[in-house]
Amino acid sequence: MKNFSGNVLFLDRSDINTDEIIPAKYLSEVTKALLKPYLLEDLKLSGFNPEKDIHGKSVVVTRENFGCGSSREHAPWALELNGINLVIAESFSRIFRQNMFNCGMMAVELPKAVIAHMFSAFSDKETRIESDIEKSSFIIQSGDQLEEISFGISSFDRDLVAAGGWVEYADSHY
Amino acid sequence: MGKTIAQKIFDAHHVDSPSEDTYVIRLDAVFCHEITTPIGINDLVKRGKDRVFDPAKIKVVIDHVTPAKDTKTAIQGKMLREWARRHNIIDFFDIGRNGVCHALFPEKGFVRPGFTIIMGDSHTCTHGAFGAFAAGVGTTDLEVGILKGVCAFKYPGSIKIDITGCLREGVYAKDVILAIIGRIGVNGATNKVIEFTGPVVDAMPMEGRMTLSNMAIEAGATSGICLPDMRTVEYLWDFIKDEYDSREAALEAFNQFASDPDAEYDSVIQFDVARLEPQVTFGYKPDQVKSVREMQDTKIDQVYIGSCTNGRIEDLRIAARVLEGKKISDGVRGVVSPATSHIFSMALEEGIIKIFMDAGFCVTNPTCGACLGMSNGVLAPDEVCASTTNRNFNGRMGRGGMVHLMSPATAAASALAGHITNSRLFQL
Repeated sequence: MKNFSGNVLFLDRSDINTDEIIPAKYLSEVTKALLKPYLLEDLKLSGFNPEKDIHGKSVVVTRENFGCGSSREHAPWALELNGINLVIAESFSRIFRQNMFNCGMMAVELPKAVIAHMFSAFSDKETRIESDIEKSSFIIQSGDQLEEISFGISSFDRDLVAAGGWVEYADSHY
Repeated sequence: MGKTIAQKIFDAHHVDSPSEDTYVIRLDAVFCHEITTPIGINDLVKRGKDRVFDPAKIKVVIDHVTPAKDTKTAIQGKMLREWARRHNIIDFFDIGRNGVCHALFPEKGFVRPGFTIIMGDSHTCTHGAFGAFAAGVGTTDLEVGILKGVCAFKYPGSIKIDITGCLREGVYAKDVILAIIGRIGVNGATNKVIEFTGPVVDAMPMEGRMTLSNMAIEAGATSGICLPDMRTVEYLWDFIKDEYDSREAALEAFNQFASDPDAEYDSVIQFDVARLEPQVTFGYKPDQVKSVREMQDTKIDQVYIGSCTNGRIEDLRIAARVLEGKKISDGVRGVVSPATSHIFSMALEEGIIKIFMDAGFCVTNPTCGACLGMSNGVLAPDEVCASTTNRNFNGRMGRGGMVHLMSPATAAASALAGHITNSRLFQL
């Protein structure tokens, strides 16, 4: 199973699309590893500097409809290459969400109010999230401020995370 | 309680339910192109699973960057070519007979009502125009599709959009779908199927229906489906005539999937187009839509007519009607890319290519190229493009460029004017 804990990158915008996560001009790569430097290169978000802000982060927390647009699985790959295996959002596009679990990564939805609270209480300081997949809970922590947030994912999504993705699962089941 | 067309297709293709609402379904076709497939092929080879479930059900095209523009894209083409050969995939379309996948595959008769189709391309929803369940997927889903002929989805809920009224002259399917996305938002149909119904859809040629279904993904939809009717049968007749005694018999067979009158929808939206004007996007999201009138005078540097949304023969005919005998504005670059070789050839025979060239357009070969900023018409920073494509995302057609989505008629008229404007085909 991949690592789902670490420092948080807060992206305070809805509808962040996969062209922003990894621009199409990099889709001519046939080697995944080459995508690493280009993550979020075209993100339209004031104050965001991909070169500075991504380094050392392992979890993304964002708003609505993350990963909309193109079906490119290069988006989860570019996240994973930068050490990010977990995205927490109010909602995801269908394809992006499926791509994450298909890669054994996690795209977890939390209610709007919970996401809003995470932004208001934590987004202006260094924050860490510890994931406990068995217990379906996140511990979000900054300094001495600590909260537990529970989440739900389907048993199928859980199986994909445990299997490390859909290819091995499907080939052994069908 | 009755069922929707998407639910009936799922029921007929059900293989397994690994969790309560997840359906693993059998696939009738897996479509592949050179951008998302080679990296999947590499992965399958690495896993020791370089197999295909059924070479006859896999259809392959090189379309995104063709001819190859550099070594990397040449390698992608080479990998796909060699893979198709190695697995005896007969339906492989290389340069000279290729085209934008979502225009080419329907034209080849590969889509049938009731089919289940996936492709590593978000605009795969286009094929729903034929009453199929067609969905864009990522590379891993594509790999499993290639390997096992199955894919997992949530059992589909549907939004029914009932399109009523009568389209005014100069207003097209593109204007309808832009207005719908403007109303329901880029997240308005996420995880759901959109079912397009009503007299406006009934009266639309298959090309218009494909434009509607094509942009369902821009509202987040898994697929955008139009119910099959006699127009669907007519479009497919050359491919299916040996399978059915008559067109009526074909339609009767296709209607087994038609939504029941008492089917349950997540929501039903009435959309009246009687007063609809030509539409255009203004921001970086496809739901940021205004009337062309409100955006009039927005200066443009490039006009692009093409793509899986609006590069079909009907689209070129309409644009040519606007352009005939006229010249595009001095400050504007015009690029037209007929979506397939067959469309290119028809446009030549009909004199449409000459009209475009006389007007000052550059005519390119069929390719996705400029739509996603890969080749054949990439924008420079701060340049503005009037485009018949499907996405106005930041950087989509080139870093720092601005894209305004519109119909071919509006794009052609804007090319003549040098700024966004309504075509003379539309009168208030």
